[in-house]
Amino acid sequence: MAGGAATGGSAAADTYKSARHWLLLPSWLVLVLVVLAPVCMMLIYSFLTKEFRGGVIWEPTLAAYDQFFFDRGLFGDDPPKIEWTYITIFWRSIWQAGLATILSLIIGFPTAYFIATRPERTRALWVFLVTIPYWVNLLIRTVSMKFLLRDQGPMNDFLISTGLIDDPLRIVNTNLAVQLGLFYSYLPFMVLPIYASVERYNFAMSEAAADLYATKWTTLRRIVLPAVKPGVIAGCILVFVPSLGAFLAPDLLGGAKNFMIGSLIEEQFKGNAGNWPFGAAAAMVLLTMVLILLMIFARQQRRAEASP
Amino acid sequence: MSAKTDVKNYTGFRTLTFVCLFILYAPLVVVTIYSFNASPSITVWEGFSLRWYGDVFTGPESGKFKAAAINSFSIALIAATLATIIATSAATAIVRGGIFKTRTLSLGLISLPLMVPEIVLAVATLIFFNAVGFTRGYMTILVAHIAFCIPFAYLPIQARMQGIEDTYEQAAMDLYATKAQAFRRVLLPLMMPGIISGFLLAFIVSLDDFIITNFVKGAGVETLPTAIFGSVKQGLKPNIMAISTMLLALSIVMVTLSYVVSKTDNTK
Amino acid sequence: MKPIKRMTQTAMALALMASGAAAEGDLVIYHWFEYIPQDLLDKFTAETGINVTMDTYDSNESMLAALKAGGMGTYDVAVPGDYMVKIMAGEGLLDTIADGELANKGNIAPEWADPSFDPGRKHSIPYQWGSTSFSVDSDVYSGDINTTDILFNPPAELAGKINMLDAQGEVLATAALHLGIPQCSTDREQLKALNDLLQASKDNWVSFNSDTAKEVLVSGDAAAGMIWDGFSAKAREEKASITYAFPTQGYVVWMDNVVLLNDAPNRDSAIKFMDFLLEPENIAAVSNFARYADGLTGTAEFLDPALATLPEANPHDGAGPGVFVEACDEATQAVYDQIWTNLKK
Repeated sequence: MAGGAATGGSAAADTYKSARHWLLLPSWLVLVLVVLAPVCMMLIYSFLTKEFRGGVIWEPTLAAYDQFFFDRGLFGDDPPKIEWTYITIFWRSIWQAGLATILSLIIGFPTAYFIATRPERTRALWVFLVTIPYWVNLLIRTVSMKFLLRDQGPMNDFLISTGLIDDPLRIVNTNLAVQLGLFYSYLPFMVLPIYASVERYNFAMSEAAADLYATKWTTLRRIVLPAVKPGVIAGCILVFVPSLGAFLAPDLLGGAKNFMIGSLIEEQFKGNAGNWPFGAAAAMVLLTMVLILLMIFARQQRRAEASP
Repeated sequence: MSAKTDVKNYTGFRTLTFVCLFILYAPLVVVTIYSFNASPSITVWEGFSLRWYGDVFTGPESGKFKAAAINSFSIALIAATLATIIATSAATAIVRGGIFKTRTLSLGLISLPLMVPEIVLAVATLIFFNAVGFTRGYMTILVAHIAFCIPFAYLPIQARMQGIEDTYEQAAMDLYATKAQAFRRVLLPLMMPGIISGFLLAFIVSLDDFIITNFVKGAGVETLPTAIFGSVKQGLKPNIMAISTMLLALSIVMVTLSYVVSKTDNTK
Repeated sequence: MKPIKRMTQTAMALALMASGAAAEGDLVIYHWFEYIPQDLLDKFTAETGINVTMDTYDSNESMLAALKAGGMGTYDVAVPGDYMVKIMAGEGLLDTIADGELANKGNIAPEWADPSFDPGRKHSIPYQWGSTSFSVDSDVYSGDINTTDILFNPPAELAGKINMLDAQGEVLATAALHLGIPQCSTDREQLKALNDLLQASKDNWVSFNSDTAKEVLVSGDAAAGMIWDGFSAKAREEKASITYAFPTQGYVVWMDNVVLLNDAPNRDSAIKFMDFLLEPENIAAVSNFARYADGLTGTAEFLDPALATLPEANPHDGAGPGVFVEACDEATQAVYDQIWTNLKK
């Protein structure tokens, strides 16, 4: 999706050339005022002085970024060292989101491939089956997941009644629960772009490889995978980026014990800390990371399109 | 079995597909089943009952949920409608407006809400409304929803418009139709499936949003997701499961509708 | 363009419906979750004709954050704890109640009429008071629970099964009691010891949750957990083995108060609501629901008799002192904020 809007298709048709600026005006007005201006305002806030217990004082300072990157001890007067606290939180989020992405890929790729190789008439039905859960409110899906996984929940009841385990598996309030929650939340985002790529893949190439005595798994690795790489990358981005900023899964499934990026930022505005400039700075760091990632992705896409 | 199907099939992929569907549906199925539980405790099964569905409409929390549902649906309807109009007009300029300087920039701007992580957008919007001194309430939620719905409405509309040859409109104009007439009488009817999918997509995205709404909502204005969050934070209750099941059913109806609409596609 | 036109018309109609709710007699309350019976709000509406809207929060700090992030001018009253009343007054968020405005002010019990956090009750009236400590499932652990070691140095049966409140003030104050140090300490050794204690204890804690503090104990997801006394009493009604502790090291006491916010959109309604809550019968209904004590005189006849003997409200003889959470100054608070972030990193 992130790459989808950026192409815009062929520019040959120019029927409404004379009105084009008027036609674009409403979208510019809304998006500049409600998206771009707020992001710029957030950038400005990250350089302001914090007001005790929430709010800002209009005096420029680098304090928020200083707090993010440098550790000056519990009392703020030690010589500055690299601050590991927030790097740890960011790293944990990247790690959790990364594991969720890998898990989604392991399940999502075969699913997408399987669907794309069904007869054309049933394909849409399979896609339909995968997308329905995505339309269910994320909150409800996360809560359902928690209900299913809890110590006295249906999954443990079932496993105990079948005699597979004696004691309930403790999953809720662990990192595993967070990864499972993220994986579950965004799985369809992985399946759909890969499906779109595999559907366009020319299976004559696989047949050619088979004629040359390549085993099926070699064909998959050396021929199919490179051909559908853009879809795989798009899927990974679509799972990884929202997982990175998630706070429902850590909050509801992880027991709010460890901050993730999303909960760290939320805490600055709605929780105990009340440090707006720091929250804005953390959000800017997250935004910069995501934009760099998307730029790398866009370049990869362009390269893939250039070399068919 | 021919050689062609053979290179397509991999052992285990079918199994993993069923695992995938199982994972996707298991939690939803469990919640749906337990929403029909007679017991007030969510852990014990006491037989089939519709009491929690009644509770949603008449119970102690019914007022709260009714108000939240009215807010949610009216916001989703207005936001999706306006976003669809804005997106249709932008798509017309971008797909049918020739090559011009701000074209790529406009595309970037429209996809911005998809690229910025939701929590960042939420914080930025909160700061912005605070800085300009807007009182938070129904209007602030609505404005934010219109903005982030635009790309979701835009994508299917653009895809659809690219699939329509501009020869139809050219032909109309050769027959002395004005540009406005060509747009209204020729392009728009052809565009309808794309516009409807875009509208439905935007509608669901708005109905579903929790993070941004939670940051920009004001006193006493709840939407369904924020009201549900307030309730489930204190533990999953059977009436929440009933609401979830109803929302699930609604989502299925909407997706089916958009599926049927895309099937009745008359140009393919 | 008929379909879109029709959609717009429907949308506009719905929008009018949604905004039509804003009539004249309104009251917007910002309140703790699960802390006031719906019947009582209905009674208030029936008596005065005022429509009540309520938003809820789960910690003093998040309430303050929401008010400062644009919430002022949208709520009429809030229900902060003792130290938070002082902070809010200091921040200029509270309106002053003039003498004579509250007809029932005389009902406030003498010991709560002039508290240190709001001298002369200029901004607030008492709502409920109680304590914050922790409860243990005695089916899981049957040893002595009246010690803060349960949280900070737990027996093997409880280690890794403890839920903490997600409330900085109460967690850090309880930790200070465990160490026997003052709450707003500026002594570096003490602060370091506090930081080390929390770091060392973290592995024994399974989650930080305030809203589910009762549910996790009842469901068995946690075997011990920090909790408020009345909430624990409710938990015991659902699971008899949940026992509330009064540690010998001391425990946190608090009083929640209804305050009048600055820029209240419906100030008159707010005053009426405060007067309503100053009537013994009404505040007793809150106590009967929430299982905490009230701060008025003349409520005894309306209270559920079981409240008088509630084990959660009657400390045993060996219990330590009950202390209020203190509001620190900005420089000291910065250190405590850092300790809290270190804990949750």
